[in-house]
Amino acid sequence: MWKWINSFAKPEKAYWLASAMQPYFLVIALFGLSVGITWGLVFAPADYQQGDSYRIIYIHVPSAILSQTAYIAMATAALVGIVWQWRTAFMFISAIAPVGAIICFISLFTGAAWGKPMWGTWWIWDARLTSQLILLFLYLGVMSLYLAFEDKQQGGKAAGIMALVGVINIPIIKYSVEWWNTLHQGATISKFEQPSMPAEMLWPLLISILGFVGFIGIITLIRFKNEMIIRDKHRPWVMQMFADSTELKQSSASKKEVN
Amino acid sequence: MQSQFDSFAAFLDMGGYGFFVWLAFGITALSMLLITVHSLFVKQQIRKTVAQEQARAMRILEAREKRKQARQAKTVEQTESSKQTNSNLDIEQKD
Repeated sequence: MWKWINSFAKPEKAYWLASAMQPYFLVIALFGLSVGITWGLVFAPADYQQGDSYRIIYIHVPSAILSQTAYIAMATAALVGIVWQWRTAFMFISAIAPVGAIICFISLFTGAAWGKPMWGTWWIWDARLTSQLILLFLYLGVMSLYLAFEDKQQGGKAAGIMALVGVINIPIIKYSVEWWNTLHQGATISKFEQPSMPAEMLWPLLISILGFVGFIGIITLIRFKNEMIIRDKHRPWVMQMFADSTELKQSSASKKEVN
Repeated sequence: MQSQFDSFAAFLDMGGYGFFVWLAFGITALSMLLITVHSLFVKQQIRKTVAQEQARAMRILEAREKRKQARQAKTVEQTESSKQTNSNLDIEQKD
């Protein structure tokens, strides 16, 4: 079992796994986003207090929740990379960080566009909003730290440590609405209690969350595969992969003779 | 399931919140589109450059191989001709 898991530290195997998972994420993304957003925008009933402005929730809540989930995924990869010295884990960090940053930006922007009509302000230095902004900066920090090093293994380690330290921000975001007296409303979906939403509003939200999961998955996998090819372009498995394209076949044969 | 809006105009208006709702959804769609296009563009670009670099590496190897063969052919020629001259010298010395 352990050996089997460890075999995915090899880029060629990770590449194969990423390719195998891609179509599932694509289907989930297309289904979830189209159904969830359409249902939320057109068919879900309007809120009795906020009217139709609440429909922003169908992108705001998925992006807010999943920007944190993506961060945890990134931090997990960082831990694996640092503890077991997986090169592929660092490649994964560099792949998911920009996606998480975009999702985090979406949550902040949609929050602002929702806050203006409801709270009367685009931005306020409230605990929830500020901690979410710090999450965006953490993502940008991880990205820049990775890019700042010429040696990508070193860059991966530095970015990984930053990602691990930044995990402290996740519970702060989660409990900010409880610890501090904030303008932001409490949790919409709670596992342990009755959700504070009726079913006809909740279902499109859950489907939309699923769609965002698919979107983050598919884009992360594309970027992960990109990073693996860039880092390993002189290694045999990448050479082999590209040698399969027709033109290079003969020349690779002649290369073998030379070697 | 019934649409919550009587007309398309009412849908766009979003009960008076049209600007905010469509701003939020528009920027979201734009950001998601941008990162998708960027990821696919990078993918395309990598494939092109790696294939090019590899083709170039192959060409260099092939050229090196050709030069090597040419050099070998030349040395064989030279050794043969030098053998001849040597044998000529031998003949001269015998005289």
